[in-house]
Amino acid sequence: MLLNQFLMLGAVLFCIGVYGVIVRKNAVLVLMSIELILNSVNINLLAFSLRNGTPDGHTFALYVIAVAAAEVGVGLAMVLLMYRNRRSVGLDDLSEMKG
Amino acid sequence: MLSALAPAWTSPTIDYHALAPEMILAGGIVLLVLLDLFVADAKKWILTPLASFIVLGAFIPVLTLALSDGGVRSLFDDRYMVDNFSLVMKGLFLLSGYVVILLTADHLREGDYYQGEYWFLLLTSLLGMVMMASSRDLVSIFVSLELLSIPAYMMAAWRKRDLRSNEAGIKYYLLGVFASALMLYGMSLLYGISGSTKLVEISKYLGTDLTSVRALAVFFIVVGFAFKVSAVPFHTWAPDTYQGAPTPVTAFLSVASKAAGFVALVTVIFVGFPGSHDVWQPVFWILSALTMTVGNVLALKQTNIVRMLAYSSVAQGGFILMPLAVAGIDGVANSALRAIVTYLLVYAATNLGVFAVVMVVARKTRSGEISSYGGLFSYAPGIATLMTMFMASLAGIPPFGGWFGKFAAFQSLVSAGTTWAYALAIIGGINSAVAFGYYGKILREMWMKPVPDGDTTPVTVYSSLSVALVITSVATLVLGTFPGIPLHFGDIAGLAGAFGK
Repeated sequence: MLLNQFLMLGAVLFCIGVYGVIVRKNAVLVLMSIELILNSVNINLLAFSLRNGTPDGHTFALYVIAVAAAEVGVGLAMVLLMYRNRRSVGLDDLSEMKG
Repeated sequence: MLSALAPAWTSPTIDYHALAPEMILAGGIVLLVLLDLFVADAKKWILTPLASFIVLGAFIPVLTLALSDGGVRSLFDDRYMVDNFSLVMKGLFLLSGYVVILLTADHLREGDYYQGEYWFLLLTSLLGMVMMASSRDLVSIFVSLELLSIPAYMMAAWRKRDLRSNEAGIKYYLLGVFASALMLYGMSLLYGISGSTKLVEISKYLGTDLTSVRALAVFFIVVGFAFKVSAVPFHTWAPDTYQGAPTPVTAFLSVASKAAGFVALVTVIFVGFPGSHDVWQPVFWILSALTMTVGNVLALKQTNIVRMLAYSSVAQGGFILMPLAVAGIDGVANSALRAIVTYLLVYAATNLGVFAVVMVVARKTRSGEISSYGGLFSYAPGIATLMTMFMASLAGIPPFGGWFGKFAAFQSLVSAGTTWAYALAIIGGINSAVAFGYYGKILREMWMKPVPDGDTTPVTVYSSLSVALVITSVATLVLGTFPGIPLHFGDIAGLAGAFGK
């Protein structure tokens, strides 16, 4: 089986996601980067599940998908709230509190 | 492949007594949501006592389980365990939840923004914590972690029109989700190399010889939980979130949510990777030393009380991490577990008390500045005395609870007896001395400074808040004067399956 290729894809997606979270200054783009990491996790889980021959990984991936949907729901609601109050989704503008 | 397994599946037997706390909470949450829909606005106040009854109701089976001598109850193929460790922590979560409900009831009396969903969110988060204490499987640990975190993100952003609350919520959310994504990546690697999501199975496969992928998996998972317990350098969300969120929510995050992070960390480390201590011991050593030092130094220069308490809570987290830096050494595991449980109990009682006092004082002075505590003793001697007690406990002065938590943590370091352990103990000792600086600042304001605005009308303490103050101060005093009690809880806090036992 092409396990290595799947893991490579997962690792690349993971790195792109982490890079995005660190350098992006727009809340929506950071959310999208986090989604990339979660999907790299799913690819890993499914690839490992096929190799190990156990269904645990499939189940885990389903939970990850469901929870990621809930997370994004909450996250988008918060970004919307931020846009309503400030007319901006820039993370650099979040500087009410310092120190 | 899944369909091939279907005929072999039999329904598991369920121990309903062991699941009773979770089921009462879940049923209560549904009831609260329905009542919130159908009850007229004028009668919405009944939701507050109902929420506290649900939490106390869930506490009853925890007590009966603790008294019944059934040993370790294992459910769902050992993926969900009700052992003494989980019962002690469930009790801690439910009682802190009850105190937070009391604090919130007081907050609402002040006319803060309220929706019925608040109780739903608080109890859902509590349900996640209670489940976390029993989870012994990567999937259930992940689901409980999200169940306790997602409502907490929303509670931090509770005041919709307030820019600070928005900021608190978004920062907490983005860093929290990022941390759980990192942790998940570690979990996927762990599943890949061990072929199972069960912690006991994983510990068998991990063994003691380390490959880079094992080290990477363990590292990612530890980093994921380090965000949750706001360990430096992953603490950046904590001060802003604590300051921007409503005060009862801050109390909840800094006590219950942090304790849940430690519970998850302890379970994963002790049950899942006991053999990989070469990876996690140095990580915890660095995290612990950094967390204590950075938290304390930054707390020294704060002028806002909640922000100072945020950094103080970061620093306290460093002390709780101390025993983990030596937990892998032979014979230290038990004393490390005992120290962590003891410290969490004492810290929860004291810190909730501090936030109750902060709420009382903020109602009168309408300010969050430390200077507004000037002359507190002259017009509110009772409150000032309680605050002195809580501060002394946080600083670790006998006979209040805090000293015993610190004592247990240092004891486990000394019993490890390695150079690294002694070095960490010295860093911890210096830090507990530095902490007197900022705890003392508040005491000086209260006892020696004049009242800043000359307004010496006495403070009002409503019944719900005084109940919270009584619970927390009695707990702080009793845990400190009778060290046998926390020690007893620490002793019985047997974690089933820890270190392969």
